[in-house]
Amino acid sequence: MGKKRVAIVGSGQTLHRSRRPDVNGQELIHEAVQAALSDADLTLADIDAIVIGNMDHFEGINYVDCWSVDGSGGWMKPVIKLTTGGTTGSTLSIGGYHMVASGLFEKVLIIGWEKNSESDTTGAITTAFDPIWDRLVFAGAISGLAVEAQAYMARYGATDRDAARVAVRDRRHACKNPHAQLRQEVTIEQVLASPMLADPIHLLDVCPRTDGACAVIMANEDVAEKLCPTPDWIWGTANRHSYTYLADVNFGALDSMAGAAKELFAKTGIKEPRKQLQVIELYQPYSFAGIIWIEDLGLVPRGKGAEYIWSGATDLGGELPINPSGGVIACNPIGATGLIRCAEVSLQMMGRAGERQVPEVELGLSTGFGGCMWTDMMLHGKRKPE
Amino acid sequence: MTDVELMVIRSVGGGQPFKYAVGEHGSRFFHELKEHRRIVGIKCPKCGKVYVPPRRVCGPCFAEMKEYVEVGPGGRIGTFTILRYAFIDPETGKQKPVPYGYGFIKFDGADTLFQHYIDIEDESRLKIGARVEPVFAPQRQGTIRDIEYFRVVD
Amino acid sequence: MDKVAIIGIGMTKIEADKRGDTFADMAWEAVNLALADAHMTIAEVDNVVTTSNDFWDGRTISCMAVGDATGAGQGKNTSCVEGDGTFGAFYGLTRILSGAYGTTLVTAHSKGSESVSSLITNAALDPIYDRALGLDMVTACALQARAYMHRHGVKPEDLARVSVKNHGNALRNPLAQLPLKLTVEDVLRSEMIADPLHLLDCSPVSDGCCAIILANEQRARRSARQPVWVTGVSCCADAYYLGDRDLAVPRSLAQAAKRAYAMAGIHDPAREVQVAEVYDAFTYQELMWIEGLGLAEAGGAKDRLERGDFDLEGPLPVNPSGGLLGGHPVIAAGLYRMAEAVKQLRGEAGSYQVDGAKVAVAQGLNGLCGQSHCVWTLDNRS
Repeated sequence: MGKKRVAIVGSGQTLHRSRRPDVNGQELIHEAVQAALSDADLTLADIDAIVIGNMDHFEGINYVDCWSVDGSGGWMKPVIKLTTGGTTGSTLSIGGYHMVASGLFEKVLIIGWEKNSESDTTGAITTAFDPIWDRLVFAGAISGLAVEAQAYMARYGATDRDAARVAVRDRRHACKNPHAQLRQEVTIEQVLASPMLADPIHLLDVCPRTDGACAVIMANEDVAEKLCPTPDWIWGTANRHSYTYLADVNFGALDSMAGAAKELFAKTGIKEPRKQLQVIELYQPYSFAGIIWIEDLGLVPRGKGAEYIWSGATDLGGELPINPSGGVIACNPIGATGLIRCAEVSLQMMGRAGERQVPEVELGLSTGFGGCMWTDMMLHGKRKPE
Repeated sequence: MTDVELMVIRSVGGGQPFKYAVGEHGSRFFHELKEHRRIVGIKCPKCGKVYVPPRRVCGPCFAEMKEYVEVGPGGRIGTFTILRYAFIDPETGKQKPVPYGYGFIKFDGADTLFQHYIDIEDESRLKIGARVEPVFAPQRQGTIRDIEYFRVVD
Repeated sequence: MDKVAIIGIGMTKIEADKRGDTFADMAWEAVNLALADAHMTIAEVDNVVTTSNDFWDGRTISCMAVGDATGAGQGKNTSCVEGDGTFGAFYGLTRILSGAYGTTLVTAHSKGSESVSSLITNAALDPIYDRALGLDMVTACALQARAYMHRHGVKPEDLARVSVKNHGNALRNPLAQLPLKLTVEDVLRSEMIADPLHLLDCSPVSDGCCAIILANEQRARRSARQPVWVTGVSCCADAYYLGDRDLAVPRSLAQAAKRAYAMAGIHDPAREVQVAEVYDAFTYQELMWIEGLGLAEAGGAKDRLERGDFDLEGPLPVNPSGGLLGGHPVIAAGLYRMAEAVKQLRGEAGSYQVDGAKVAVAQGLNGLCGQSHCVWTLDNRS
């Protein structure tokens, strides 16, 4: 036992909306679980363990792993909660991977969820940060991102117009994704005219607040191909949650993404990501990140991100589509968001991404972001890894 | 679906009273700030980096730090933004008054940044690299508010 | 299951109020104790799993506070489990069994002194149906205690004996918060907190941090320390709503224990287990969990306790460390149980050593009334 190769054999998402008053948290979770089980043609009896996560202060419920058992299907099963803030969803996908790869569990159900409508999102995010040093000034995720954008712009001369092009791309992609919350295109002018939240981030540059859940089923190599004709194989994972104090961060570049990418690519044989990857679901909570972080990924040299975006290379139909699902700008149930990136890449690898399918995929990357500018990432492949 | 009204139940489940330990390093910082209007950082014996606020561990070196170093009080804007949207401050439960300047200040002699308000009476003066100095509260109590805000002095 | 061992442990003293320590300070202390214990440097830690609870710590993303102190700043792969430390260690174990890492540093911490525990645990109650009733961990557990006592004819004196034993054991454990010489009368006369639980039936809510280092077989055999092998481990969660469960029956614990024992090849735990560190947040829980762990028949723990079977000198010492009654840093609690079991199997428990102990069981739990359990079986033989 031990050291099994792992594949995603099914996934499910709720129809993500700004508010889901028709369901309580348990019911929201259950919707995604039912969708995933149905997708994989399995029942709860087939599931050997559950890994679940969300960001506690959004719903104000303690010991969520225990509370959620009715909705998650965890009754009389091993249930573990992972939580790392915005990276929770991707942390969960990595968690599910290790649980299955360990050989202890054949099939694991991974659930990420959030009912952001149930609290003040910015207030809750602010409580993530140090109460003594950071909370006085900190204004939720947007403030931490705006300062990054300012630093990058000062160094490389990018503009909010460049960033708006990223928002336009993702919002257009989202129109082909029935799960996405925001399915209406925006223009560059609309983005720039939308209210300024924190200079230079406009309302339409940034993720919405969403109620939603996502469930992913991973299985080991002994059963994956029996359960799914074209499973999505997990080639590797890496993460960096390197900063503890927000003000220690080297703003203007995403060190954690550079570090995680370097490790992941080295151990999976990715030497030229632009050529070897066919799709990326990037946890990109605001538009500027779409310019900055692709440099940290090593797709383009430092300072060349905007040019690459304007070339159309990252649009569906381009050389390397990013966020064919519409990404985080179109939909952000925080505890689920990172897991949705994973689920979306799995759909791409399985050839089941419908209208948002990228043709001829071999390898895809899903990432997670959150906390003190942290990064998680996972490499997915159509074929089994060595 | 149903014709029953969809209900909401209010709870302050997330809002709990706390008393957070500041620790010896933070306590030293606040003592110096309150009593002497001095800013202190701490220096890593391995990499030499000066961290503000002071804390026990240099993360990258995984080394314990003991050497306090006075920094500032002036410095430069490392990065900043201007907050314009209203949100509920979780510490007070009230809406945060906006707009306000949110800055990451590099004190002279420090290698890391320090978060605080920046005065935005003239927004155009907020630039990365601009020189700033702290405005101290006349009555100080040993908290982050002993600095009221930073103002641009360029 | 591939062989994995615990090769290092570090525990801070358990105290009512570590006023001078931040979470990071506690973690730094425990991690360095564990590294020193393992004769390891942080460079040899391949990945890190921290365990914390956002409510208890008063910050969502509670793991952020201990990043630098646990090696995250060194560019290591890290993650965080929210639950008892036994669950954190479980995830840390899978990250070795998956082949990804050779060693995992696991930490678990909380500072009960920083919050109002009844409000923190009230937040575990479902906001729609139960929270407004004002239940908290103590009152919910009082319900369970009453159910258990009624089911098996357990008396307040039986509960009190657990308190006498554990606070007495704590006299020999320099890390314990509450070493006390008690009589059964002392416990019964202590203030009634929530019937039938007296003050001395309840653990305190404490501050503390524990760290352990897990290693795969190859790394464990190279270790300077005698490895303590993980022979079995399993977790199981029961239903959430208190009314959906038979509170007198530790069903999920029994299942987790059964599976752990099966992995370990333990067929008769009551005879084969030589020392147990269990989650005695309340006196009645020690009795219930002893039974759920198969160390006594249902309802039979009280008689074995009265006979002295679970005393330090008895055939099956339970909580020789003093357990949680001796000091209870929530979240870290189960990891302390594991660390204490490791001390026993290494022969390093000093004046509370269980002589010749080779096989131990350590148990942790999460949720109200022991809803979700994680059971570990440990063995010092290769």
